Amino acid sequence: PAGMFLRLLSDVRWRAANPKWRGATCSCRSASSTPPEHHPVALPAQAQVVICGGGIMGTSVAYHLSKMGWKDIVLLEQGRLAAGTTRFCAGIVSLARPVSIELKMADYSNKLYQQLEQETGVNTGYVKTGSISLAQTQDRLISLKRIASSLKVMGIPCEIITPKEVAQLHPLINIHDLVGAMYVPEDALVSSANVSLALATAASRNGTSLGFSLLPSNLHIWGFFFQWAYELGHSVEEPVNIPLHACEHFYLLTHPLKEPLPSNIPTVVDPDGRIYVRNWQGGILSGGFEKNPKPLFTEGRNQLEIHNLQEDWDHFEPLLSALLRRMPELEALQILQLVNCPESFTPDMRCIMGESPTVLGYFVLAGMNSAGISYGGGAGKYLAEWMVNGYPTDNVWPLDLKRFGSLQSSRTFLRHRVMEVMPLMCDLKVPRWDFQTGRQLRTSPLYDRLDAQGARWMEKHGFERVKYFVPPGKDLLDLDQSKTFYKPDWFDIVGSEVKCCKEAVCVIDMSSFTKFEISSTGDQALESLQYLFSNDLDVPVGHVVHTGMLNEKGGYENDCSIARLSKRSFFMISPTDQQVHCWAWLKKRLPEDSGLTMEDVTWKYTALNLIGPRAVDVLSELSYAPMTAEHFPSLFCKEMSVGYANGIRVMSITHTGEPGFVLYIPIEYALHVYNEVMNMGQKYGIRNAGYYALRSLRIEKFFAFWGQDLDAFTTPMECGREFQVKLDKGVQFVGQEALLEQKQQGVYKRFTMFILEDHDTDTDLWPWWGEPIFRNGRYVGKTTSSAYSYTLERHVCLGFVHHFDEKTGQELVVTTDFVNQGEYQIDIAGQRFQAKAKLYPFSSLFAQRRRKEEVELSGYQRE
Amino acid sequence: FYLTPPQVNSILKANEYSFKVPEFDGKNVSSVLGFDSNQLPANAPIEDRRSAATCLQTRGMLLGVFDGHAGCACAQAVSERLFYYIAVSLLPHETLLEIENAVESGRALLPILQWHKHPNDYFSKEASKLYFNSLRTYWQELIDLNSGEATDVKEALINAFKRLDNDISLEAQVGDPNSFLNYLVLRVAFSGATACVAHVDGVDLHVANTGDSRAMLGVQEEDGSWSALNLSYDHNAQNEREVERVKTEHPKSEEKNLVKQDRLLGLLMPFRAFGDVKFKWSIELQKRVIESGPDQLNDNEYTKFIPPNYHTPPYLTAEPEVIYHRLRPQDKFLVLATDGLWETMHRQDVARIVGEYLTGVHHQEPIAVGGYKVTLGQMHGLLAERRARFSSVFEDQNVATHLIRHAVGNNEFGTVDHERLCKMLSLPEELARMYRDDMTIIVVQFNSHMISACQNEE
Repeated sequence: PAGMFLRLLSDVRWRAANPKWRGATCSCRSASSTPPEHHPVALPAQAQVVICGGGIMGTSVAYHLSKMGWKDIVLLEQGRLAAGTTRFCAGIVSLARPVSIELKMADYSNKLYQQLEQETGVNTGYVKTGSISLAQTQDRLISLKRIASSLKVMGIPCEIITPKEVAQLHPLINIHDLVGAMYVPEDALVSSANVSLALATAASRNGTSLGFSLLPSNLHIWGFFFQWAYELGHSVEEPVNIPLHACEHFYLLTHPLKEPLPSNIPTVVDPDGRIYVRNWQGGILSGGFEKNPKPLFTEGRNQLEIHNLQEDWDHFEPLLSALLRRMPELEALQILQLVNCPESFTPDMRCIMGESPTVLGYFVLAGMNSAGISYGGGAGKYLAEWMVNGYPTDNVWPLDLKRFGSLQSSRTFLRHRVMEVMPLMCDLKVPRWDFQTGRQLRTSPLYDRLDAQGARWMEKHGFERVKYFVPPGKDLLDLDQSKTFYKPDWFDIVGSEVKCCKEAVCVIDMSSFTKFEISSTGDQALESLQYLFSNDLDVPVGHVVHTGMLNEKGGYENDCSIARLSKRSFFMISPTDQQVHCWAWLKKRLPEDSGLTMEDVTWKYTALNLIGPRAVDVLSELSYAPMTAEHFPSLFCKEMSVGYANGIRVMSITHTGEPGFVLYIPIEYALHVYNEVMNMGQKYGIRNAGYYALRSLRIEKFFAFWGQDLDAFTTPMECGREFQVKLDKGVQFVGQEALLEQKQQGVYKRFTMFILEDHDTDTDLWPWWGEPIFRNGRYVGKTTSSAYSYTLERHVCLGFVHHFDEKTGQELVVTTDFVNQGEYQIDIAGQRFQAKAKLYPFSSLFAQRRRKEEVELSGYQRE
Repeated sequence: FYLTPPQVNSILKANEYSFKVPEFDGKNVSSVLGFDSNQLPANAPIEDRRSAATCLQTRGMLLGVFDGHAGCACAQAVSERLFYYIAVSLLPHETLLEIENAVESGRALLPILQWHKHPNDYFSKEASKLYFNSLRTYWQELIDLNSGEATDVKEALINAFKRLDNDISLEAQVGDPNSFLNYLVLRVAFSGATACVAHVDGVDLHVANTGDSRAMLGVQEEDGSWSALNLSYDHNAQNEREVERVKTEHPKSEEKNLVKQDRLLGLLMPFRAFGDVKFKWSIELQKRVIESGPDQLNDNEYTKFIPPNYHTPPYLTAEPEVIYHRLRPQDKFLVLATDGLWETMHRQDVARIVGEYLTGVHHQEPIAVGGYKVTLGQMHGLLAERRARFSSVFEDQNVATHLIRHAVGNNEFGTVDHERLCKMLSLPEELARMYRDDMTIIVVQFNSHMISACQNEE
């Protein structure tokens, strides 16, 4: 019946002469809950949700929405159900995902698909085969071990195995060049089209209408889930930027082997050979991610149905070679077909999910980077939760559409970036790797000047930021090429930058931060901000306040510094990648009031961070103004002249806990001020520094930053930031209730600092982030960031400690005693290191002696 | 046993030769950029010959391939002598006089030809005096015949071919007191050779062909693809006009015996050739010459054998068919090759392979599995070959070598199969001829800029 169902559905075409969906009356058929019976039903003229895209994503969202009680759902597909990329998908459900949220989605998908046949009666072809990921190099094995560590603590069975064990699991694999492998027995295979069908069947039983049509053009609530999202996004009145781009993806199908492979033979992933191999009807299905991908549809397409693309054997040759090298016995196997199917890729290799920042009620789920089947179930669930409840049950910021802005939607950028992204699917990713394409888009006016002084760059939200400066005489090529899981070769360079910050003064260009100005004719600005931010912003003019921008649950939507420029205007500094999200969040919540204005002034200012004990000397010499603590206290903001330039916004914060200032300089003065600072700083030993030095300084002082340590599911109470919350400021604010409750009941996780004890910096693997934390031998959480502290001469990891009940696994309140009384270990790629836990930073690290409160207020924060 | 790729290459490259025309020859920009040539033996010794020379007293360049049969003597002689006959036929009266006077007075001769020879392309020293005397007789006759008219290239080519064949015949009838030379001239006359010769002068291209070698022009179409234009007709049984010609030259009574098993008198493949006096002389003449000839000749069963149904000689001529072609900018190259190449490759493939080599662009036809039964291993091998073909382009510095690599090694997918190439090249001498023929290739590359400039001038 399932096949019949598919055929029936595929026969249905909604002929909409008028592309306007609302005006069309049509002879459309809707599939009823008993597949063989069908009767024509017109699509409803109105619906609560219209889902565009009948592939795995669209059907999964429909399925979950209907499960959550939404009845009024219309699912539109321009071709056939489960057409598009879903039809061609290789159907591998793989749990081995390095990003935590992706791992959770895959785990959920696997469990969902497993029971789907029973639930719907549609044969999904689900077979639990397990998978073997092969390592040809030690570095690859390390990366597999890291993944294995995070799978294990999620309760997903996973083993690192020897080449001999590989041979026992899969008789065809040539193991001679292997150093090891990872075995995940829970991985599965499905028929992706049938999974979509099953999800659609279940959804339609719950009342979802299925429609087939050209895409409608005038809808209020809808979501869409497929590779034409870019085009469709631009077809809305207010364009929605969905940065994804398709590449051709090839895989091979063969006739069965003489002795057909058992249906449960594990899927093989050979990332060093860039291929995957799965069982397919007794033969094999094998594809891969070549080094030279073929981007597709850069210019968009008019006809929306995906036609079969050409087979390109010459292009496939390297992958075929890799396949035969891995499984030489396949030589005699007869070819059935080389399938060419488009896959959508995104600029950062993570899928795109969430609500448009510009068009409310417009939800997107797309850009699966060829892992649509693995993510489909989980992604659909998260998006359905988002649509129904306003936010998913887990932190999906890494996948949020709002991490991108219009700056990532240039077709040229996307074309170039996805050509890098597709090979990266298999490339080894070592700590601190960067994208190489689509660079030098946003730069500071000082870019060339810094570059000439040996700057090495990384990119955030399109903005070039300095990692560190290579001193003259160092071998530059070596530095760029040595990428490692161990001690990197910039170790001493960053060390000397850190030393200079501690002893003299350094300049770091921090222009990338997002900067908003909010002002009003009356008190509207203050009132609105008091409601939207947790700290008390009713401070005297010239004061800077660190505050969270919290959601209703008290979690951090943003973490920022706000300076009160005047009674009625505020200057807000947020992390670089908050540009779209923070704007959308505030726009949605600020009252419609012509007297209240918000402006994005990110591009107007260059920010120079002067860090170090001599910063005060440099600045006072340049401004002929006293800059000592008596005259210019900590967390203070003043417009003053620096050199010839007037109107420089100087703030006594450094984002590191070190003494110093950040100068917000109107861009045309940037070069002048930089030159003045460098010239004047000569006698104080000034030098350039980069973000790696900043990071080391910040982490050793236990400052969390948003996007890594802090997210929408972390409250100030959980990270020792109660002092940034003014529950008694006399004004109600977002998240207040949740925080009050937490204050009374206690927190369920606690941000903790770990100092690695028996870790040899020179010879041991370095921590990165995402390492499991063990307390008294039991898993309690994961690290969120780490850095080497040159002052402590130890590695510092930051992360969250949970308290899981030993028997039930239920989350319990984490008390200070619970944290302090444990023996901790951090698991780096399977190797555990002793760690000392601390809930407060080392006061000895702060150069100037201050009262405790000041210490906490003095610096902190992000990036 | 297997040959390694370097061994294969050294076999393929043993006879390769390239000549680049200097950018200015002192007078004109040449329409020829240069040429690549190569040959691969199947017979031992090889019976093919090739020649290339620049005319020094007139303009133009001569290139030719010669396919010998019944030995290599005739092909060798023709390759040494024909271009002199052509050059002399083209010379103006004054130059002929000047040369004759120089010879007469023992002065240094004006050089007539500048040869472009591979070290393996030898000239017979012993016969040079004999050959020279025959040539001198020819130009003396030309001087006497002075018509005062400008020399027509087509006519010159025809005259030169016929005259040389005539001289070969006469020299054999007259004999030579030197027994070595005497035997040589007889071997030349009793063996045979086809000839396909091109004369390029600016945009004027003449091809004179006798026999079944072939000249083909590589034309680049507007869409960048390559097509072949034949500039010669094969003189063999497949050419109906040629069969017709032979029939009209003999009485009706002989008609059914003239062409048997696609051979002239059931014996000879080409219908026109140099030498082969067995098809030209009367039976009496043949018998007389053989009887008075050296013992070696008498002992040779082939030479003694008189063709059956031999009533009205001559049955064979060396007169060429001449095709004129005015070069166009899209005419990128000319391929002259003996039938060894054309038996294995279609001219369309030749045009494509050479064209792609010369332009460095490789429109490989995409492979489609379709309904074929192909294993992963076969496909892998095939793709590796396509890749190798890509790289063999760069491996081969000489396009003629590249073409031979394809001609010998091509599989059914049109790509070089190294294994096949190895097998073909490893064949023992006695077997080689069964699988392939001698192969001689010259590829002349034209200067399109010069050609379009000429076109625009008019």
